[in-house]
Amino acid sequence: MLSIEGVSVAYDGHDVVSGVDLRVEDGEVLAVLGPSGCGKSTLLRAVAGLEPCRGRLGWDGRDLARVPTHRRGFALMFQDGQLFDHLTVARNVAYGLRVQRVRGREAAARTEELLELVGLAGYGDRMPATLSGGERQRVALARSLAPRPRLLLLDEPLSALDAGLRERLAGDLRDILRGAGTTALLVTHDHEEAFTVADRMAVMREGRVVQAGALSDVWREPADAWTALFLGYARVLEGPAAAALAAAGGLADPGGRAVAVRRSALVVDEAGRLSGRVRSVRATPVQTRLVVDASTGHDGLPGVGEVDAVAPLEARVRPGDEVRLRVEPGRVAVLG
Amino acid sequence: MTPLRRVAALVVLAALPTAVLVVFFVVPVAGMLGRGLVVDGHLDVGGVLEVLARDRTRRVLWFTVWSSTVGTALSVLLGLPAAYTLHRLRVPGVRVVRAAVMVPFVLPTVVVGVAFLELLGESGPVVRWTGLELEGTSVAILLGMVFFNVAVVVRVVGAAWESLDPRPAEAAATLGASPARVLLTVTWPQLRPAVVSAASVVFLFCATAFGVVLTLGGLRYSSVETEIYLLTTDLLDLQGAAALSIVQLLAVAALMVLAGRLRPREDVRVARVRARPRRPRRGDLPALAATTLVLLFLAAPMAALVLGSLRVDGGWSLAHYRAVASAHEDTYTGSSAGQALLVSLRTSVDATWMSLLLGGLVAIVGSRRSRSRAERRVRRVLDGFFMLPLGVSAVTLGFGMLLTLDSDFLDLRDSPLLVPLAQALVALPLVVRTLLPVLGGIDDRQRQAAASLGAGPWRTFLTVDVPVAWRPLLACAGFAFAVSLGEFGATSFLARPDDPTLPVVIYRLLSRPGTATYGTALAASVVLAAVTAAVMLAVERLRVRTWGAW
Repeated sequence: MLSIEGVSVAYDGHDVVSGVDLRVEDGEVLAVLGPSGCGKSTLLRAVAGLEPCRGRLGWDGRDLARVPTHRRGFALMFQDGQLFDHLTVARNVAYGLRVQRVRGREAAARTEELLELVGLAGYGDRMPATLSGGERQRVALARSLAPRPRLLLLDEPLSALDAGLRERLAGDLRDILRGAGTTALLVTHDHEEAFTVADRMAVMREGRVVQAGALSDVWREPADAWTALFLGYARVLEGPAAAALAAAGGLADPGGRAVAVRRSALVVDEAGRLSGRVRSVRATPVQTRLVVDASTGHDGLPGVGEVDAVAPLEARVRPGDEVRLRVEPGRVAVLG
Repeated sequence: MTPLRRVAALVVLAALPTAVLVVFFVVPVAGMLGRGLVVDGHLDVGGVLEVLARDRTRRVLWFTVWSSTVGTALSVLLGLPAAYTLHRLRVPGVRVVRAAVMVPFVLPTVVVGVAFLELLGESGPVVRWTGLELEGTSVAILLGMVFFNVAVVVRVVGAAWESLDPRPAEAAATLGASPARVLLTVTWPQLRPAVVSAASVVFLFCATAFGVVLTLGGLRYSSVETEIYLLTTDLLDLQGAAALSIVQLLAVAALMVLAGRLRPREDVRVARVRARPRRPRRGDLPALAATTLVLLFLAAPMAALVLGSLRVDGGWSLAHYRAVASAHEDTYTGSSAGQALLVSLRTSVDATWMSLLLGGLVAIVGSRRSRSRAERRVRRVLDGFFMLPLGVSAVTLGFGMLLTLDSDFLDLRDSPLLVPLAQALVALPLVVRTLLPVLGGIDDRQRQAAASLGAGPWRTFLTVDVPVAWRPLLACAGFAFAVSLGEFGATSFLARPDDPTLPVVIYRLLSRPGTATYGTALAASVVLAAVTAAVMLAVERLRVRTWGAW
């Protein structure tokens, strides 16, 4: 179990990570989610022992302060793989094994097993320079897993890849980590990636953890408006507007708390309890996206200007139309 | 631009440097070789072979090879820890030290010779404290070579080490590799091209060292370069000198092709993470200790030189410096040291603008992207052509100029521009090697973006190339200035008898017996070293990474 207690990292006298407390249980995958520059990669490097830090880092209760990187047994996978270009794919994967003096047939078998695991069986003799971006990341993953690290540190492992590949590899990554029961700390700015791969997540902002918990908890109750927007909620409503929306969705009265809504929280529906005037219409492959001025009609949301809504593709909606809107309660979150 | 216009532009830019190199380099060197090879109107190959079969020639060749090999090995061995300490660690005063380490490389060879004589001579500290008599031994020559070339290793390897992406090493550490293992399995493979490249350049410099071997080697040791000098000036054996020059030229050309192949090709266009220098840890102690040793080794001869220049008849005095400053003309050297310093400075200014003009043109030609294979080949041949001065004995060049530029249709023998021109040619390869990577490193798309926004070729050059290149250009100016200030090999032939440069005067003072003139030589050496060092420190402040990127 990894414990991070009050850890701070300073660059040039300025804290880029300040007072972070987190735990990663054995076999668990924790995602640290935050925008670029929030200090999440620095935190990861501190855990790896690559940045000097204040506070306490511990593994199974033992302090790591005096343990150098190479004795921690935490494998770090970089955003761009950082394969050793002068070694073949197999030698890259076997690097950590050779360090542990695992050689010969045993090392070859383990290397082959891992290349198979990441879907690159038979790539052993290739040089890294001949691989595509996705293949390089797969090799980097295999290399990190080969020495059976106590903890796997993943620094934006999929960010350098294009969207389609990223989605596919995120699924693979989750299956591989689950299958091996690997304990992992994943750092990313992409909430989709975090949701796909992790069990729990921590949201970081300007060097601090603003919220941590199980995926569904964080998702259902973002700590504040910033977190909600970062997690992909489209808007945050406050005061009477929040109360009206909750009432229309059949939710409990938020009691003065703000409410975050997904882009698809309001759906055009004749039987809806809210109304508004359509401002703009944009078609996407699966549905029509609308921007609705909800402050007008008599069933509007008081004090709110525009909100997002969706309509089925077949619904003929034009700017200027009056529409009725239904609230999808699952796509609304009351802020903590 | 049409292909025809591209080729025309290339020819126009390359015309001036090519013409200068042909007239003032190829013709003299060829003339010098011709004198030796052509006897009584026909080619005499047997004579050349006869020279090569001589016992003395074989001894000279053997000495050159082994002394250069050992000198190179020692320079690399001492240079590596210093490169690490000075480029990867955050130590107080590191920038000043980095600049100071570079000074020996441009110190006039004559000055270094004098300094080592002071250090190792009969009354020098080494003899007094350890009883080791090294003067006139091969050890003294090796020490001199290492003194010059540690700087090259520190520079080339240090720059590579500094720009090394730290992340592969970090990845290895997280996989359990100890620092020693990381060094061996990750850092060394990344660094190897730079080390090999530095070693091949150092070998080149060791093998063509002139002043050091001449002043420290005495009569017992002679390298190919000093042997050419002796054969030409003392024995008037032009055939022997030509034979050795050819051997040298071939060996150096082969070495340069090899070095070119091994030169690290860092793609400057790729964005890389650069390591921040970090505070030293306990594991860095060996490197720190080795670096301290290197610094002491570099400082010792200079300290001995300064101390020696201040001693007069067992007491301390500035008398030698007063002698340097006096305008009194010495009948033996044909000039006063102060006057010679003025001549040196004037000459160096001329040499500087010449080498910048020629080197700048060559760098522009070499850095433009080629569109066709033929065009690329032309550029590569030109590039190699302008590296030639690096590999040809300065003595051969100087004597060749003396011989060929005296003819009726090309009488430049008495031109005051001849000495600076020769010095500019010596500095040319260094200027080109510094500027070329800078201009080549500018992403061509920047120029294309400028052009697409309506900038013509001239404006593109001014707004894209110049802002990046002006610092390196300034650094080159300082570098060329320093090199020409200390140039001795070619200048010793070409300097007019009544207008010698300071290194020539120092050499003349040294060859005359008498303690008073020896003291003056020491003081003059200190002055010359101080001027050179000041120029180098100014260059270092510009922080140009490519300078020294051979």
